[in-house]
Amino acid sequence: MSHLVVNSTVNGEPAEFLCEPHETLLHALRDTLLLTGTKEGCSNGNCGACSVLLDGVLVNSCLVLAPEVEGRQVTTIEGLTPREGLHPLQQQFLENAALQCGICTPGFIVASKALLDRNPHPTEAEVRHFLAGNLCRCTGYDKIVRAVLATAAAA
Amino acid sequence: MSDQTVFKVIGTRPVRHDGVDKVTGRALYGADVRMNGQLYGAMLRSPHAHARILSIDASAAEALPGVKSVVTGADLPAIADKFAATGEGAINLRHLSGNILAGRTALYWGHAIAAVAATTQTIADQAAALIRVEYEVLPPILDLATAMAPGAAPLHPDVVTNELGEKGKTPSNVAEHFRHEKGDIAAGFAAADVIIEREYKTGTVHQGYIEPHSATAQWNADGQLIIYCATQGAFGVRSEVSEILGVPISHIKVIPTEIGGGFGGKVSVYLEPVAALLSRKAGGRAVKMTMNRTEVLAATGPTSASIIKVKYGATRDGRLTAAQVWMAYEAGAYPGSPVGAGSGVILAPYDIPNVVIDGYDVLCNKPKANAYRAPGGTNAAYASESALDEVARALNIDPIEIRMKNAAKEGTRRADGPIFPRIGFVETLEAAQHHPHYTSPLERGSGPRRRGRGVASGFWFNFGGTSSASATVNPDGTVSLTEGSTDIGGSRTGIAMQFAESLGIPVDQVKPQVVDTDSVGYNDATGGSRTTFATGWVVYEIGQKIRTELIARAAKMLETEPGQVSFENGVFSNGAMNNIPYAQVAADLDKTGGPIVVSHSMRTKGEGTAFATHIVDVEVDIETGKVDILRYTATQDVGHAIHPSYVEGQIQGGAAQGIGWALNEEYVYDKNGKLLNAGLLDYRMPTTLDLPMIEAVLVEVPNPKHPYGVRGVGEVPIVPPAGAIANAIFDATGVRMMELPMSPARNLAALVAAAAPASG
Repeated sequence: MSHLVVNSTVNGEPAEFLCEPHETLLHALRDTLLLTGTKEGCSNGNCGACSVLLDGVLVNSCLVLAPEVEGRQVTTIEGLTPREGLHPLQQQFLENAALQCGICTPGFIVASKALLDRNPHPTEAEVRHFLAGNLCRCTGYDKIVRAVLATAAAA
Repeated sequence: MSDQTVFKVIGTRPVRHDGVDKVTGRALYGADVRMNGQLYGAMLRSPHAHARILSIDASAAEALPGVKSVVTGADLPAIADKFAATGEGAINLRHLSGNILAGRTALYWGHAIAAVAATTQTIADQAAALIRVEYEVLPPILDLATAMAPGAAPLHPDVVTNELGEKGKTPSNVAEHFRHEKGDIAAGFAAADVIIEREYKTGTVHQGYIEPHSATAQWNADGQLIIYCATQGAFGVRSEVSEILGVPISHIKVIPTEIGGGFGGKVSVYLEPVAALLSRKAGGRAVKMTMNRTEVLAATGPTSASIIKVKYGATRDGRLTAAQVWMAYEAGAYPGSPVGAGSGVILAPYDIPNVVIDGYDVLCNKPKANAYRAPGGTNAAYASESALDEVARALNIDPIEIRMKNAAKEGTRRADGPIFPRIGFVETLEAAQHHPHYTSPLERGSGPRRRGRGVASGFWFNFGGTSSASATVNPDGTVSLTEGSTDIGGSRTGIAMQFAESLGIPVDQVKPQVVDTDSVGYNDATGGSRTTFATGWVVYEIGQKIRTELIARAAKMLETEPGQVSFENGVFSNGAMNNIPYAQVAADLDKTGGPIVVSHSMRTKGEGTAFATHIVDVEVDIETGKVDILRYTATQDVGHAIHPSYVEGQIQGGAAQGIGWALNEEYVYDKNGKLLNAGLLDYRMPTTLDLPMIEAVLVEVPNPKHPYGVRGVGEVPIVPPAGAIANAIFDATGVRMMELPMSPARNLAALVAAAAPASG
């Protein structure tokens, strides 16, 4: 099968990679660019574990074809982590014990960043509405919602 | 429990040791493993719920460029019946072998038939689709009534009923019928003023962990087999692979990755032996197999659908005089539903003098049931706590009051035998009774929106089991703590905290790590709510031994006897005369006798049992049948909370899973046994929008058998939710929901039926 060359920007750096035409962005990130912080939970857009930002907009990377990111900006959990220390959301997730197994955590943090970027002081109802595309099976969401609210309150 | 009453570490809320790895995405889970030259596996699964496999022709698959190996059930050695403990019940290894690759018969939709390894995932998937299987389709058995009917066609020619301990003579889908008896049931009902007898049904549900199963295996020419996988128990994977493939355990090293949830569903193997066989046939190249979500739902987990009949007798003043239970659980394709555990849970909170419980383990053409958090407990308590609510209403007694009146206490004998040690059930009831949630009035709603409040309690056994660990004191004063218990929800930190408390150092000086099966002594799986209890106890003992040794070293440095040296606040002191900081003693270990390395292993007992009482307010839209959870409070005897945040997290997460089971989750099969909702859109687990904050009330009745009073906390919170919600729906609408899940469609049908004028 012939491969396509894709030129994009991933986490602020130019990324040129090869992919099959049917390949998802999720697989290109994980298997080609080796950015395994983006997780695969369902591959059909129902769990949010593969959440990334595409030109700043929250998407499920399992529902984006890799060739679609030609010329576009992708931000993953790896790109959200600052050079020193942690992103405030990462810090609040830790301090609020907002993770148990941790597999959904990168997706929740990316989705929460997308929320706070457009609504820096959301209500609990707004947090719950925005994060409804991300499944967590461990926490019952209580501490996740609190971590996001705490991040907003501290900003 | 130790008489130490002031704790420095236990009860605090430190950031977990593996936290940064997990919030930055650097933590490596099952599917993140990548070995040089690895191949990718794919599984061909049965498109029929029940079919004889007449032939398998893999020639077209093998001819596809890039395909390196193909395996089928014929590649598995025949093995005899042998039962192995998983930490969540026992498993027959012969059946486990048949489950990971079918033998002569496909027993459920999605049953693994053959597997392929190829140079890319795309080629592997294409090759699997090229394998031609000739099936003789057989009628599927998809419900308990059909499976148990006299003359029903048996799934297995070699499964007979174990009838009250006696083996039957003819094949049957009832693998076991057991009975627990206590007192005189007829006399108990004769003494009752009120009798309530009801029948409940519950659907098949899945554990729903977000991480699909993944395993990577490399089987070298020297016979050494390495397996990376996300598992609740690396040692269990080692022994199961050893038995299924006929390989000595000394040839197998299992390297556990981080695990993305399990809830019991990752205590036994699925892919590991298959990836190993593919690797051996491919000349020892590593083979990675990862399930997709459809495979996870179709062929792993789930927990049993059930039918449960409960009959209670009570006196006018609310004393339970008798209880009779009939419970049948679907085991799926192989024996081993959690009906045994369910029978221990169902009446456990109450001191009832006269009891009979009959349990049935029943085969059908659905995936083999696996453990799911307090296995068998949620559906059992849904039935018994719904019926108890009816008793309370018939007698006009407050639901917490009737539970209080009949509560089991230290010394009460359960119907299944054991006598309770010190337990905190009454304390959970008191905490619920006095909680502002229970004492505040409920606003009843208006129009089509009806509000109600419900209460239910629950029990779980907990498990102790075997743990091992070792610790090395480093020259900088940190301690490397090596353990073999899968950390599925923060247990590294809960264990490190107990170690730090025992030794007397800050928890951030402990470096816990979970290692492979060659690098630490045996550990049972993380299951049965045992890890913080058992592995915590092991590291307590290690901490005590290191403390003793450090005091001896400090005594040398202080030129005195160990008996003269105390260790407090990081300082070794010889009375007022002289002292030396911990860091100095650690730095000078080489000069005082060499490194300090301590290992310890224990078969723990005295795990203590867990009780919980939940309160829920619901709003039912009687025009749509939809139920919203308005407020949720969970009280639980947690023994002694080591890290309160993670204890709360277990309670909140367990309650959320119970709410999903109660309201939405169920497997939907067509008449041919095809699973129609094998995806997370239609297998509907709770989202952020479906839940309110869940208030966890930690009731601490320390377990007297554990040095720090620990009880397992992880499982019992999933037991009460379905009963509590059913009782709240009745309170809101006057309609009793007799089947789980209480989904909008089912609720609406029940509401409409109740509103219809009685015919005739």
